[in-house]
Amino acid sequence: MDGVDPLILARIQFAANISFHILFPTITIALGWALLGFKLAYNRTKDAAWMDAYRLWVKVFALSFAMGVVSGITMSFQFGTNWPGYMEKVGNVAGPLLAYEVLTAFFLEAVFLGIMLFGFSRVPNWVHTLATCLVAGGTTLSAFWIIVLNSWMQTPTGYEIRDGVVHATDWWAIVFNPSMPYRLTHMLLASALTVAFLIAGLSAWRWLKDGGGEGVRRTLKAAVYAAALLIPVQIFVGDMHGLNTLEHQPQKVAAMEANWETQPHTPLILFAIPDEKARTNHLEVAVPSGASLILKHEAAGVVPGLNDYRGNHPPVAPLFWGFRIMVGLGVAMLAVSWFGAWRIWRRGVDTLPRWYARALVAMTFAGWVATLAGWYVTEIGRQPWLVTGVLKTADAVGPVGSMMVASSLTLYLAVYVVLLAAYVAVLYRLARLGKAAPEDKPMFPIPGAAPGPAAPLEEGVTP
Amino acid sequence: MTPFIDPWWLPVIFAGLMGLSILLYVILDGYDLGVGMLTRLEKDENRDLMVASIGPFWDANETWLVLGIGLLLVAFPVAHGIILTQLYLPVALMLVALILRGVSFEFRAKAPPGQKHRWDAAFFYGSLITALCQGYMLGAYVLGFDQSVASVLFCLLAALGLVAGYLFVGACWLVYKVEGELQKRAVRWAEWTLWATALAMAIISVATPLLSGRIFTRWFRLPEIIALLPIPIASATLFVGLAIFLRRPLREKDALSWVPLATAGILFALGFVGIAYSFYPYLIADRLDIWQAAASPESLSIILIGALFVLPVILGYSILSHWIFRGKATHLSYE
Ligand code: HDD
Ligand code: HEM
Ligand code: HEM
Repeated sequence: MDGVDPLILARIQFAANISFHILFPTITIALGWALLGFKLAYNRTKDAAWMDAYRLWVKVFALSFAMGVVSGITMSFQFGTNWPGYMEKVGNVAGPLLAYEVLTAFFLEAVFLGIMLFGFSRVPNWVHTLATCLVAGGTTLSAFWIIVLNSWMQTPTGYEIRDGVVHATDWWAIVFNPSMPYRLTHMLLASALTVAFLIAGLSAWRWLKDGGGEGVRRTLKAAVYAAALLIPVQIFVGDMHGLNTLEHQPQKVAAMEANWETQPHTPLILFAIPDEKARTNHLEVAVPSGASLILKHEAAGVVPGLNDYRGNHPPVAPLFWGFRIMVGLGVAMLAVSWFGAWRIWRRGVDTLPRWYARALVAMTFAGWVATLAGWYVTEIGRQPWLVTGVLKTADAVGPVGSMMVASSLTLYLAVYVVLLAAYVAVLYRLARLGKAAPEDKPMFPIPGAAPGPAAPLEEGVTP
Repeated sequence: MTPFIDPWWLPVIFAGLMGLSILLYVILDGYDLGVGMLTRLEKDENRDLMVASIGPFWDANETWLVLGIGLLLVAFPVAHGIILTQLYLPVALMLVALILRGVSFEFRAKAPPGQKHRWDAAFFYGSLITALCQGYMLGAYVLGFDQSVASVLFCLLAALGLVAGYLFVGACWLVYKVEGELQKRAVRWAEWTLWATALAMAIISVATPLLSGRIFTRWFRLPEIIALLPIPIASATLFVGLAIFLRRPLREKDALSWVPLATAGILFALGFVGIAYSFYPYLIADRLDIWQAAASPESLSIILIGALFVLPVILGYSILSHWIFRGKATHLSYE
């Protein structure tokens, strides 16, 4: 084992941990808002179907949230256990950003989550709605801070280096670094799409089984409409994001496109096997001038190629494929959601073809796959740098030996596989049970008050 | 941005804030973990009730760990790196255990009934291993990561000691949060674990100065020893007082059921002050003091501004949440 480079192991471990972690925030960020939507719809219409939807999805939320929290704690220890060089070098910038995440976001979520999940009969209805809102806001806020940090690592600004250590000079420039707005918007939309397809997929699965009732029909329709609305925006934002990356990290875009030579009329490669040794592509299928059109908006536009960055560009194949998986899924999402939205709009949910419902089921976790693919493109595309132009990944790794990292990595992987399987199984179980999912008596009944729905607190306190 | 207070103070303030969040973590998640271990003693309904009693709180409680480690990370980045690479394996083990503990809350209620016992087991072992690892790490930290056999034995002892301590707060929490027969049993558990905790604290207090010359001189030096004396005296008094309290039958209408929990909190705080005193101003024994380890004053003041606004608010809404869920626990429900 000691023959294996501890750097590689530490990188795999980091990638495994963050990949596992991000699956759950991706769900909680948008699901929080979806729940708020269900709740508001219920408040407005007093229609029990919305509350059924809320009750079912709040359980999914609680489970995803717990998974997000526990895997997130692993993340905050990782910096010290595996990448001590990171905080030593850029801690003056990364530190405050991480601190603000904990201070402003995590506590907000964590405390109000208790009220949101268990407080329905403890607090007045409006407080419960407010708690739902604060939890959704908290998850989004924490996404904001962490994306700020990640974008700064991609496109650092507002700092200077004194005695080999990064010092912040302009916090505004650090927070609003050039890639932040694109990355944040793209990620939040990714989260919304992930949830839309999750809800659509599980509802369609239930619908295929036995129709599932009004709540299921409601959520199926809402999710398909939301997806149809958001996916074009996501594709547009993704394009802008790519143009921004072209400006700041051209070698990354060159790798995504597997484009070796800087040239006008660069083709858009649909399929190829990039060969980094021979510095060429095999089995290439391409649209002439396509990349020039997309990236420069004219057929004769000059697109930078990898050969300009010899020895200093990220590995090509993972970026090329990762990008194609993400964009491919984006196009599939467009097709599926637009067809469904059109059918539902014209003829309602009940006449949807069964093959279409099966397609939705197949796409249940499409958001996860696209999100992971996107992050892999982004993160591997930054290599060999950890913080572009400031700190190399190899210089941040800690002194921990291969044996140790290998054992912790094995431990994590084993746990992750089991938990992921259990998570998916429970999602289907909850979807199957629907509103019949286990429901006990309320907890902590207010002293003297009969257990029951939303009794206003003031009436309840006097025993 | 220029620091708005004397930069000398910044590391002191941050060490204080970090200490405070770690102390709060140990007390608050301590009762969660203790209850988690105690669930092994009960079955079915009662076990559900015990889990329900910590349901709305555990997540916020665990966030104090994130804050404590976060402050170490952001305010003392160098120390964070050294400490966590030294404690690599126990940290990894603890994280996995925390993962298991945290997700079991959800899975035990949502998985098919036939699998519930597995998640109950994960809940128990997750709580137990977390406590053991944290105790071990505390021991290793106190001795400055010394690797000798005596030191390792000391760490194992500290691991058991912390388990006893967590069981003790956990039992006190249950005395406060449940009623009837279960509450009576919780009183018995509190009694036993009270003595186990007292014993562990005593052994550790004797062993620490013997193993660490540095701490020996710190403790047994005039005039400091006079200033320190109140800690063991107060602890002993509280232990004995609480033991007497627990022997008497429960009060009418459950009055005073909060007393054991409050006393446990104070005992933890006393132990914590003792450890903090033995270290100050070092973050890593004799190697790195808080000024050497601190991040730049500019960055610290940025964080401090946020902390000064946000910490009181957090404390406020944590208390609010304990108040909303006051009273005795019944079964968990999303109603
Ligand atoms: C785009 C979103 C996103 C990304 C990229 C990350 N996280 Fe995260 N994280 C969240 C979004 C999020 C969240 C939505 O806010 C979570 C999920 C569930 C929750 O409670 O908050 C969360 C939870 C969470 C927690 C538990 C907080 C608690 O106790 O409530 C920690 C410690 C971290 N994260 C730390 C990290 C670190 C160190 C990351 C990077 C290396 C990271 N996260 C990436
Ligand atoms: C949430 C989605 C994310 C995913 C899926 C992800 C994925 C990855 C992957 C696959 C690597 C390995 C690249 C390589 O070594 O070739 C990596 C590296 C890294 N990422 Fe991310 N990342 C994410 C977000 C973040 C964020 C938000 C941060 C920091 C704030 C971050 C910090 C790092 C660091 C420090 C490394 C260096 C370690 C390494 O190279 O393996 N990542 N990430
Ligand atoms: C179909 C059109 C899409 C385009 C043109 C596009 C474009 C891009 C580009 C260029 C990047 C890398 C930016 C960088 O590293 O600097 C990226 C990253 C990413 N993509 Fe996409 N994307 C598309 C669809 C999607 C979809 C459907 C999802 C998920 C549902 C998604 C999720 C992500 C995520 C999570 C990242 C990493 C975070 C970030 O850098 O924002 N993308 N995308």
